[in-house]
Amino acid sequence: MENTSPASASSSRPLATPPRVARQDDTAALPTLIDVKGLDFYYGAKQALFDINIAIPDRRVTAFIGPSGCGKSTLLRCLNRMNDLIDGTAVKRGEIKIRDIDIYGPSVDPIELRKRVGMVFQKSNPFPKSIYENIIYGLRIQGVKSKTKLDEVVEKSLRGAALWDEVKDRLHESGLSLSGGQQQRLCIARTIAVAPEVILMDEPCSALDPIATAKVEELIHELKKQFTIIIVTHSMQQAARCSDRTAFFYMGKLIEFDETHNIFMNPKNPQTEAYVSGRFG
Amino acid sequence: MTAPFHRYTSRRGFQRRTESTIVWFFRFATYVILLCGVFIIGNICLKGLPAVTGAFRSLEQFPYVTNTFIFEAPESLYVFKHEGVKREMGDAEYRAFRETETARATAEGRPVPEFKASSYVYAAGGIWPCIVGTLLLVVGAMTIALLLGVASAIFLSEYARDGAFVRFIRLAILNLAGVPSIVFGLFGFAMFVLYFNWNVSLMAGWFTLAFMVLPVVITASEEALKAVPKGFREGSLALGATKWQTIRKNVLPYALPGILTSSILGIARVAGETAPIMFTAAYVVRDKLPWEVAKFSDFFFQGVMALPYHIYVVSSKIPQNAYTQRVQYGTAFVFLGLVALIAGSSILLRNKLRGRYQW
Ligand SMILES: Nc1ncnc2c1ncn2[C@@H]1O[C@H](COP(=O)(O)OP(=O)(O)OP(=O)(O)O)[C@@H](O)[C@H]1O
Ligand SMILES: [Mg+2]
Repeated sequence: MENTSPASASSSRPLATPPRVARQDDTAALPTLIDVKGLDFYYGAKQALFDINIAIPDRRVTAFIGPSGCGKSTLLRCLNRMNDLIDGTAVKRGEIKIRDIDIYGPSVDPIELRKRVGMVFQKSNPFPKSIYENIIYGLRIQGVKSKTKLDEVVEKSLRGAALWDEVKDRLHESGLSLSGGQQQRLCIARTIAVAPEVILMDEPCSALDPIATAKVEELIHELKKQFTIIIVTHSMQQAARCSDRTAFFYMGKLIEFDETHNIFMNPKNPQTEAYVSGRFG
Repeated sequence: MTAPFHRYTSRRGFQRRTESTIVWFFRFATYVILLCGVFIIGNICLKGLPAVTGAFRSLEQFPYVTNTFIFEAPESLYVFKHEGVKREMGDAEYRAFRETETARATAEGRPVPEFKASSYVYAAGGIWPCIVGTLLLVVGAMTIALLLGVASAIFLSEYARDGAFVRFIRLAILNLAGVPSIVFGLFGFAMFVLYFNWNVSLMAGWFTLAFMVLPVVITASEEALKAVPKGFREGSLALGATKWQTIRKNVLPYALPGILTSSILGIARVAGETAPIMFTAAYVVRDKLPWEVAKFSDFFFQGVMALPYHIYVVSSKIPQNAYTQRVQYGTAFVFLGLVALIAGSSILLRNKLRGRYQW
């Protein structure tokens, strides 16, 4: 096992990280982190995803958009195997590779996978513990005991989630005493505290007001320097503002996946065009 | 002049009368219940209190005061006339008195006095062994019931897949809740006392009582676990926790106040039921206290006296007379107080836990 030291997000990354591409518009050449090939996914007898092929670039923001029930959350939850928790779900065909490892392969432990592929939920879910305990939850689980290390991670994660200045004097108050937007950033801080490679966000701003939303979006902008981010959103503006690439789903199929700029300005598929211009969905 | 008539004019008559009759009926029903409650509790307190308050004695050493009704074992009461004075004494006191009087008479050269006493069983002394026995039964049975109950509730609500089998288990548990306590008593007798050969013992009583309250504990624990939001589980799992880590760190602590609430109801039942223990754990009388055993393992395999069974014995198994009422009501009074004490402390504990986690 490689270095799982969760404290430092950057050090837990394999050494041979591909060089960052600085310019925004040549994303076509980006290295792939997550490669989904021919994925068919079922809830019991009901097929929810049909032949999904998508290559998600490393350290970029990818947005999933599409009308309700089209399978965005389903695909997202396939990426950290959260769907395993629902009875009767199955990947019937295809594969998902993260750094060339098939995450549905027999040697993969979903617990280890979820440490590397974190998730932020639509409904912010801080645990009814102190802010401090919330952040170190993942490390406690991994058996980290050193107080200095925990303190360090708490500060680093809260700074990373742009929350440090607001809560540094009340670390031992309940996480539930924060405002909705702060709670969502606390959940993000909790996720980055275990130093994942990928952060999955399922409609992270849908319960937030515009100002809190703007803060989270700013944060996403910061976070993509270190993490690969996939965000599901119902807000076209949000997808346009904060993602590099956008995938449009419809009825369990991936209709179009391209640079965000192209999806909104110059969609190739008429369905995509109809959706982004607000004609359906 | 007639009153102005409009569409909101009040309509006296039938409808109104029915309304107020019904309200009065509800009110009446509530007051009747209240009255019964006050009467029962009041009666027990009124008749039972003197047994306790009249039993304070001063001591030579440390606590300096004791209560013979609470802290002594039951004794026979001896009532006799001595030198023209009517006296009432407990067994031990009576023997000592007889000896000293005989010695005194011999020393003074008088004829040895005759003692013609009538004795009344259990009418003197106290109920300490019963209090101890009931406490032991409650603690042991609740421990077993909570361990088994919470474990199976966790299995049913967190691990088991919802299917015919789980539904069957739930149905069985529900049915178990409706089984009369005497049936549990017989089951415990057949299973633990005879088949496992534990004899009449704490162990047999613990398991019988635990099985009796298990349905309540399981059902309520499941409810409490279900009340913990799904997001806490998902959030924990998404951080790379295993299922058991999630349950232990992020589900069970929040469900605990709810589980305790249910077990408070269980405590009153465990402490109060006579039928399950009368064949399995309760002795009519036992001289030794539970900790006076030769070896440690004997502790679990001894019978004990218990408050509800003692009430049953002193009110229906011994000849009734002027002296039995003191024990009957006194025991009932102490019993009520004890249950209130245990339940009260669990409520305090629950409130403390509840204050810690809120969402
Ligand atoms: N637990 C489940 N069991 C069975 N079917 C499910 C389950 N969850 C989702 N589905 C179905 O799978 C399909 C895709 O659902 P999914 O939640 O992925 O949609 P979504 O794109 O995230 O929608 P939304 O924008 O409303 O969140 C839907 O038809 C839904 O009914
Ligand atoms: Mg969704």
